Amino acid sequence: MKLSQLSIGETGIVKEFTDLEMSVKLMEMGCLPGEEICVSRIAPLGDPIAISVSGYQLSLRKFEASTIVLQ
Amino acid sequence: MNADIRVALVGNPNTGKSTLFNILTGLNQKIGNFPGVTVDKKTGACQLPDGRTAEIIDLPGTYSIYPKSKDESIVFSVLADKSKGLVPDLVVVIADASNLKRNLLLYTQIADLKIPVIVALNMMDVAQKAGIKINVDLLAKKLGVPVVPISARKSEGIDKLKTAIAYANKVALQEDTIDVQSLAPGIIAQISSELQVDNPYIALQLAHQHETLSYLSNEESDRIEALEQEHGFNSQKAQASETIARYNFINDLLYDTVTKPQAAHNESVSNKIDKILTHKVFGFVIFFAILLFIFQAIFSWSAYPMSLIEDLFVWLQSLAAKQLPAGPLSSLINDGILAGLSGVLVFIPQIAILFALISILEDTGYMSRVTFMMDKVMRKVGLNGKSVVPLIGGFACAVPSIMSTRTIENWKDRMITIMVTPLVACSARLPVYTLLISLVVPNRNIWWIFNLQGLALTAMYVLSIVSAVIVAFVMKFVLKARERGYFIMELPVYRMPRWKNVIFTMYDRSKTFVLQAGKVIIAVSIILWVLKSYGPGNRFAQIDQQYAQPRYTKTMTPDSLAKVIASEKLENSYAGVFGHVIEPVIKPLGFDWKIGIALISSFAAREVFVGTMATIYSVEGDADKLQSVEEKMREARNPDTGQPIFTLAVAFSLMIFYAFAMQCASTVAVVYRETKDWRWPAAQFAYMTALAYTASFIVYHWLK
Repeated sequence: MKLSQLSIGETGIVKEFTDLEMSVKLMEMGCLPGEEICVSRIAPLGDPIAISVSGYQLSLRKFEASTIVLQ
Repeated sequence: MNADIRVALVGNPNTGKSTLFNILTGLNQKIGNFPGVTVDKKTGACQLPDGRTAEIIDLPGTYSIYPKSKDESIVFSVLADKSKGLVPDLVVVIADASNLKRNLLLYTQIADLKIPVIVALNMMDVAQKAGIKINVDLLAKKLGVPVVPISARKSEGIDKLKTAIAYANKVALQEDTIDVQSLAPGIIAQISSELQVDNPYIALQLAHQHETLSYLSNEESDRIEALEQEHGFNSQKAQASETIARYNFINDLLYDTVTKPQAAHNESVSNKIDKILTHKVFGFVIFFAILLFIFQAIFSWSAYPMSLIEDLFVWLQSLAAKQLPAGPLSSLINDGILAGLSGVLVFIPQIAILFALISILEDTGYMSRVTFMMDKVMRKVGLNGKSVVPLIGGFACAVPSIMSTRTIENWKDRMITIMVTPLVACSARLPVYTLLISLVVPNRNIWWIFNLQGLALTAMYVLSIVSAVIVAFVMKFVLKARERGYFIMELPVYRMPRWKNVIFTMYDRSKTFVLQAGKVIIAVSIILWVLKSYGPGNRFAQIDQQYAQPRYTKTMTPDSLAKVIASEKLENSYAGVFGHVIEPVIKPLGFDWKIGIALISSFAAREVFVGTMATIYSVEGDADKLQSVEEKMREARNPDTGQPIFTLAVAFSLMIFYAFAMQCASTVAVVYRETKDWRWPAAQFAYMTALAYTASFIVYHWLK
């Protein structure tokens, strides 16, 4: 299951990343393995998405979300 | 600056770092709710309670010491480069108390550089409202550094922070955060000994960042590269394990110092606002309404102050003409300097209004939502969600719009936006279009409601935005990206704008424009004045002599005689000579040498076209009256064929030329200021001129 597959309001827990370079940026922003992520909204045109993670809102593109594998 | 201690402010974006900087120094500067607004290095002086003075340096907001942009790379350079003596005596890390976990990542990195640190815990009020409880004393004890709770927006806790700065230790006493050595044992030891770096974390950073650090010599950088090969050092893997280790440390740290409410909090206000502002339908409706409002505001609110500025200069010019003895000096001051100055200052209302509105949008957090909504569309054409505002602002004036592209962090997106913004039909093109359209397009309706002239003008506006999009799309393939395009962006919570900040932004941007772009524009105006006021040989003297003869002085009124002389002189000036010189080049576009003069003098500003046409055709009466210029141009005949000069083909060819050509010294100057490289404005000038020439050529031959 990837983060990009969740719909609005669904939550998941980060398991691992498929892209090393992206994972470094995401982890810095608080998207770490074991962290709970909730999809709070999707942009009107379907991309990017906004997630809430470790107490704040982060937006990222669908492609970037697809590199986050959930438990 | 003569300061007793040097203090650097470091923190994540959107933590109120700039607000704190303003309070500490009293020297206001730009604050945004947007990542990376603080671009230039900002410093200010702060009086400490013990009477000493501290120099405060505001470093760009960053989430980590690993830079994602050029701005962010300044942070590590300043903190580690001992050679330039920029290393601060103390670092104040500003952390958002409502989101401590992510904010502490940067703290742990800074702490490991072993510079004395103080933590300023900002937004304590927001954290309290969200039900977050922080045991500040325990946190301070565990970190080994002073932790000062503050609220920068409400100016709370500032005195305590100043006291903490005054009594800060001279040596770093913070506890170690993670075992840095174990991240890359071999390479850290070797860099430490070979480059005499005593701090293991700095040694590790050199391994990570040596390619971009300007303070390392080539030999040092090459040596580090060789060491990386030798030890099989993988920068990204090392960074990933470091980040995980740091968050483990932070989780342990926060375990007994911070308590959060268990149950998920009620839906926040910010979330409710987002539901409307990023709604599928209302989101766009509201956004376009805001754009329309900005557009209207720049156009209509600025009209009155702009005419005031113009009137002021007309008054100054008449005053100068009366007070100064007639001659070259008076003419230089009047037609060169004052005209140039007026051309600069007249932009101030538009710049101030655009930046006031943009700073409100940024401050409230709305701008990141615009990016969020528009990203998908704009990305397709090589632009960025944030490019929308500069492009719309371009309808008023490219100058403030190009200055506003600083909010775009991605280098490539920003450059493309800067390159295409001048294509958007700015307000200076309007008088040119109006004049030419009323000259050749009949003023009648088709299909009952559509006025032909209005349609032609609308077409010019649509053409401008279409061409900007097409050029952006082409540039997407031409420009090489410097960094991989990310869209990992914080969506800050909505907040009220800080009005002081809005006013300061207006002032700051207007000042920057006048000082930076003003120099170039005045220089260009003076050069153009020279070209228009002097001619080769004794041509001017001959004209004066000729018109001093009684057959002219007796038959003509002094006023119309002066107009004829001015027209003759312009023809014979260097500008006129240039007009003749470029005539063979512009002939394929349908332009004669008179239009050539107008093209050259338009370089100071496009709207000068109308005034130049008035002089060339020695318009009687008020030269600014469009109708009188229009009449003269309508009567203008080609001396060889007797046919009218301004045919439909010529007029449209000319409009297309003005639509695409970069005839604006202000824009050239501001592009240089924003890119800090002459090659960008040069490339822009070249591509726009080529585009203008080709398009005009096609249009002229198609309509002829």
